[in-house]
Amino acid sequence: MKVLVPVKRVIDYNVKVRVKADGSGVDLANVKMSMNPFDEIAVEEAIRLKEAGKADEIVVVSIGVKQAQETLRTALAMGADRAILVVAADDVHTDIEPLAVAKILAKVVEEEQPGLVLAGKQAIDNDMNATGQMLSALLGWSQGTFASELDIDGDNAVVTREVDGGLQTIKVKMPAIVTVDLRLNEPRYASLPNIMKAKKKPLDEKTADDYGVDVSPRLEIISTTEPAARAAGIIVGSVDELVGKLKEAGAV
Amino acid sequence: MAVLLLAEVTDGALALDATAKAVTAAAKLGDVTVLAAGASAAAAGEEAAKIAGVAKVLVAEDASLGHRLAEPTAALIASLASDYEHIVAPATTDAKNVLPRVAALLDVMVISDVSGVVDGNTFERPIYAGNAVQTVKSNDAKKVISFRTSTFDAAGDGGSASVETISAAENPGLSEWVEDKVAASDRPELTSAGVVVSGGRGVGSEEDFKLIEGLADKLGAAVGASRAAVDSGYAPNDWQVGQTGKVVAPELYVAIGISGAIQHLAGMKDSKIIVAINKDEEAPIFQVADYGLVADLFDAVPELMEKL
Ligand SMILES: Cc1cc2nc3c(=O)[nH]c(=O)nc-3n(C[C@H](O)[C@H](O)[C@H](O)COP(=O)(O)OP(=O)(O)OC[C@H]3O[C@@H](n4cnc5c(N)ncnc54)[C@H](O)[C@@H]3O)c2cc1C
Ligand SMILES: Nc1ncnc2c1ncn2[C@@H]1O[C@H](COP(=O)(O)O)[C@@H](O)[C@H]1O
Repeated sequence: MKVLVPVKRVIDYNVKVRVKADGSGVDLANVKMSMNPFDEIAVEEAIRLKEAGKADEIVVVSIGVKQAQETLRTALAMGADRAILVVAADDVHTDIEPLAVAKILAKVVEEEQPGLVLAGKQAIDNDMNATGQMLSALLGWSQGTFASELDIDGDNAVVTREVDGGLQTIKVKMPAIVTVDLRLNEPRYASLPNIMKAKKKPLDEKTADDYGVDVSPRLEIISTTEPAARAAGIIVGSVDELVGKLKEAGAV
Repeated sequence: MAVLLLAEVTDGALALDATAKAVTAAAKLGDVTVLAAGASAAAAGEEAAKIAGVAKVLVAEDASLGHRLAEPTAALIASLASDYEHIVAPATTDAKNVLPRVAALLDVMVISDVSGVVDGNTFERPIYAGNAVQTVKSNDAKKVISFRTSTFDAAGDGGSASVETISAAENPGLSEWVEDKVAASDRPELTSAGVVVSGGRGVGSEEDFKLIEGLADKLGAAVGASRAAVDSGYAPNDWQVGQTGKVVAPELYVAIGISGAIQHLAGMKDSKIIVAINKDEEAPIFQVADYGLVADLFDAVPELMEKL
């Protein structure tokens, strides 16, 4: 079985985001970028499936600016076999919407015929949590979202999902789209020899036009602003003082 | 203009708070029709009909709609879509599972986690873990939206909407339910509680998390946790507050042994009063706290319980 893993290049989760003063967006110039943390988990899961003999090839794909190459190389260094870069924007500030990403991925799926797509549950930049579900709809495939456990068994996959009430386990027909949550696994680091080897692994470059997908946005961004700041608080000296303040404020 | 709102129905019961908050947001867009779908959903539909501002309720009962599987639920909503300009739901995990699928079936973008309605096409939503707020204008003919419940007040009762029964769409038969693992609790529900007491990695163990739960019970609060506390097995996954967990905005949020990573702040920084107890005075949680106490939690929490 071939596994396809879409990986997104996003601002590193440790970076403090700065909103541009003119309201035009978030400053991404000279900012550390990394693979979306959920996608690292998806890549790791694909590698574990391969190690367990349940997958034979892992193809990673990224859609966006040319620099997403680095993200793909990271996935290759972790253990993916092959990469596809779909260049769909020139400016690092242009985010391709989940619907357009899903349409491109649907074309890649048509071409590659994977038995499983493992995506992240959410990109930590736009926080949309949508692409996997959308791809699943476009392909008419089953979906298992927010997975914290995944067990592939022939024609079916058993997916345990993190939901508001706790955990839900479902059985989905293969081929399936599974989106991964944080507790599915702990991704490995790429070793130096593997980083060197990854440089020789195949990385195909395509454009959105090659797939005939229109990536123009459906959502026009009117403005991007800082959230309302909280008024400064105080440090209390003791539990007594804390209780006093809370009573004063009518909070307890 | 008409709005179709997917009610939050779990095992036949309406999640009133989440649904009523979404009604408040949806009412800004037009006449609200609530869809109650499930293996059993009639009682939930009757309850939704009493929410003020609901014009009509559709009840779809079918075995395929039990357990909130995405494919049959999305197929049903897509089959109803022609009558509505907006298709909305509270931003629960169920809705986040279903709505993007609906949007793609309709060839429109989904607008997730909306925190503000500017007009029928224009919405505000937090991005980058709430470090920025984006205003977006949709150019799609239909708008598919999930509403962040923590920013809208629940609509009251006193409604008397008409209730109509409809049939399910054809089940694509792609997935089936196996089991739910849901812990029953007498505590208030996390996203609707007036007080939330959360513990982090600093609590140190599952046994010591009882301390956090004890304080919560004393305050009649819901219990929350940081990702680190959940990952370490001190607390179940559905207690996680943050960018990828639940978003809460109670009157009082007490963060204990939590450092205050941006991903955690994303889920609680709109709380009215924030209290932080942490032994590290440099912890970033103090930057959002109204009242900070630099102390060892194992001293401070028992003392707090005694003095409250
Ligand atoms: C993609 C992604 C998504 C994430 N989503 C979430 C999310 O939704 N929610 C979330 O919470 N996190 C999330 N995180 C994790 C987040 O980045 C932090 O790692 C996490 O919030 C840290 O949890 P913590 O504060 O409990 O632990 P730590 O950062 O380890 O902090 C523990 C704190 O406890 C204090 N402490 C220790 N002992 C004591 C004591 N005896 N008395 C008092 N204080 C004590 C320490 O001083 C320290 O400040 C996410 C991360 C990523 C990458
Ligand atoms: N531009 C992209 N390139 C590759 N994968 C993406 C892209 N955007 C989203 N994805 C995938 O879809 C998941 C969910 O993203 P989102 O729907 O934007 O929150 C991510 O974790 C990735 O697996």
